Amino acid sequence: MAWLLLKDLRILRRSPLMVALLVIYPIVIAVLIGFALSRGPDKPKVAFYNGLSVSASTIELGGQKLNLAGEEGALFKDIDVVEVDSPAAVRQKVRDGAVLAGIVIPKDLASNLQSTLESGKLQVFYNSEDPAKQAYVENTIEAQVKAANASLTKRIAEEALRLLNLIGDGGTYNFLGQDFDVLGLKRAEAILDDARASLPPPKREELDEVIDFTDLARDNLSFSDDVLNVVGEPIKVSSRSLSGGRTSLDEFAVALAASVSLMFITLLLAAGMLAVEREENAFPRLVRGLVSRSALLAEKAGLAAVCSTAVCLLMLMGLGLFVDLDWSRFALWVVAMAGGALAFAALGLAIGTLAREVRAASLLAFMLALPLAFLALVPSGAVAPALYDVIRAVSAVFPFKPTLDALDAALNDAGGLGTALLHLAALVVAFGALSRLALRRFAA
Amino acid sequence: MSDSANLPEVETLTTTIAASDLVKRYGERLALRGVSLTAGRGELVAVIGPNGAGKTTLLSILAGIQRPDEGTISVEPTRVGWVPQQPALYGKLTVAENLMLFARLERAPDPKATVERMLELTDLRDRSGDQVGTLSGGNRQRVNIAIGLLAEPEVLLLDEPSTGLDPRQRERLWEFILRLAETGTTVVYATHHIPEADRYANQLIVLADGERVFDGSPRELEQATGTTGLDFERAFVEYLQQRGH
Repeated sequence: MAWLLLKDLRILRRSPLMVALLVIYPIVIAVLIGFALSRGPDKPKVAFYNGLSVSASTIELGGQKLNLAGEEGALFKDIDVVEVDSPAAVRQKVRDGAVLAGIVIPKDLASNLQSTLESGKLQVFYNSEDPAKQAYVENTIEAQVKAANASLTKRIAEEALRLLNLIGDGGTYNFLGQDFDVLGLKRAEAILDDARASLPPPKREELDEVIDFTDLARDNLSFSDDVLNVVGEPIKVSSRSLSGGRTSLDEFAVALAASVSLMFITLLLAAGMLAVEREENAFPRLVRGLVSRSALLAEKAGLAAVCSTAVCLLMLMGLGLFVDLDWSRFALWVVAMAGGALAFAALGLAIGTLAREVRAASLLAFMLALPLAFLALVPSGAVAPALYDVIRAVSAVFPFKPTLDALDAALNDAGGLGTALLHLAALVVAFGALSRLALRRFAA
Repeated sequence: MSDSANLPEVETLTTTIAASDLVKRYGERLALRGVSLTAGRGELVAVIGPNGAGKTTLLSILAGIQRPDEGTISVEPTRVGWVPQQPALYGKLTVAENLMLFARLERAPDPKATVERMLELTDLRDRSGDQVGTLSGGNRQRVNIAIGLLAEPEVLLLDEPSTGLDPRQRERLWEFILRLAETGTTVVYATHHIPEADRYANQLIVLADGERVFDGSPRELEQATGTTGLDFERAFVEYLQQRGH
């Protein structure tokens, strides 16, 4: 078997173009998938006109200054801002297609907000040349306006609360730079109590009604804190993950990139190297007592698994220059990769037994690989529950999903490495047995 | 008699391979129907017949690649060399590397010496460093045969050895095979090229529809059809027609 392995390595060494494609192509695909998954779309260009003068961009809510120009930062963090000098220029740029959307902040936004009686209004214009980007721009602007609204609502609610407290307890109120003393219900009640003592009894009853009212008003104002807090933030989010790992999107992208590379290299190598024996008519000569069929399969699986594991480890080391990887888990990476590689190799051998030529085997492996990867990435809820169950069952009988789970566990400490490795071991046995059976018709 | 080559004498007393009543089925189809064969040391046995007659099936059973459904190989040589119709070689390896790989897999006692001997025997020493994929069809077939000879077999089985070769390459190939027979190797070959069977066979086996319809020398076939002195290919066709094939 060692001589066969040496022969295959020699053949690979003399096929530099094939080896280069075999290594580079999956890595490029893996990096692209990882990149697409971990990054959002490019920042779309949005024209922006700010009608507020520098001084007007600061509004005062009950003595507290709020810089609207500062809020732009949050509003525009996901878009590429093209500043223009008039609302007309905004509309023109959108019409010309120079930008996907335009935002106009009207001159009266600050005064409307300050009055707290009228909503501030942003004007947004869209260009529909690219529906996908338009949807992204709409969603981004809507989300950011909602965030700004929430922030302003909270501040307005806080200001309203301060005013209510002032009415209840009294104190100093600053307006246009001048301080005013506000009596407040509490102090009014005390004054009324003092005044009551000096009044004759018939007049006291009338004053008692006023004192009761101030008491009732003060009691009810004490509830306003809770009410206004609810108005400021009606829904609070409490999140807890019930299933799946704790992996971030970037970390998951690394595991995904490694799984895709491992899948392509192993499948193509195992299927191709087995098909070589048939294409070169060497199979009958080999199994005529020189090598057993099982040993031949083991040699091909070993070759494919070792080569792909080595390439993927190198790829991870390269990724490690740009992404934080936990190098203390290196041994687990190797175990997870070896498990995945052996399962892919067994599947590759099964594919190789179906083909008479290397090209046919490679095409079959390639055609099978991508759908398997995409199926394994379909999230629950994206399709009907019954269809999702079918997809999950299909993914379970091929090695991509358990390999991704194993690599995610090994790389990101996501848990479940043992289960994933057992799953892969079962697939190695199943596809190995299938390949051995299929090899019976290989010589025909 | 036509222009038969000077064939080596055959030690008919020493049977190197014998099979009796071989039957092989592929599903419903009977590929071999009770075929028997006996060959002696240094004998050249040609197996001829129309397409689908069972020639390759017979050779692959004798080579041990397939098992018969019925019948036995009563005399089984310890070492059988098998040369398939299509060269079974790795195009990306050189001539020497192909020979070395199979010599090692055959567990030759001294693989290097065996390869040297084969390069000498096949006159391919000058091309030993060339990748097999760059060789002509004739040279590739010589390497193919050399691999079949690595284990120094008592019996060499060749399936359509001259297919795809030009007349000059065929001539050189048969000179090579005759030299093997002279050294005592029994050569059993299947061919579509009827004149080859006439020139290079001590024994002729004619198969039709999986059945052995003739076993004798080429001259005996001519006598059986009454076509002595005529074209041997015509004698063969006549023989088949007389028996309804």
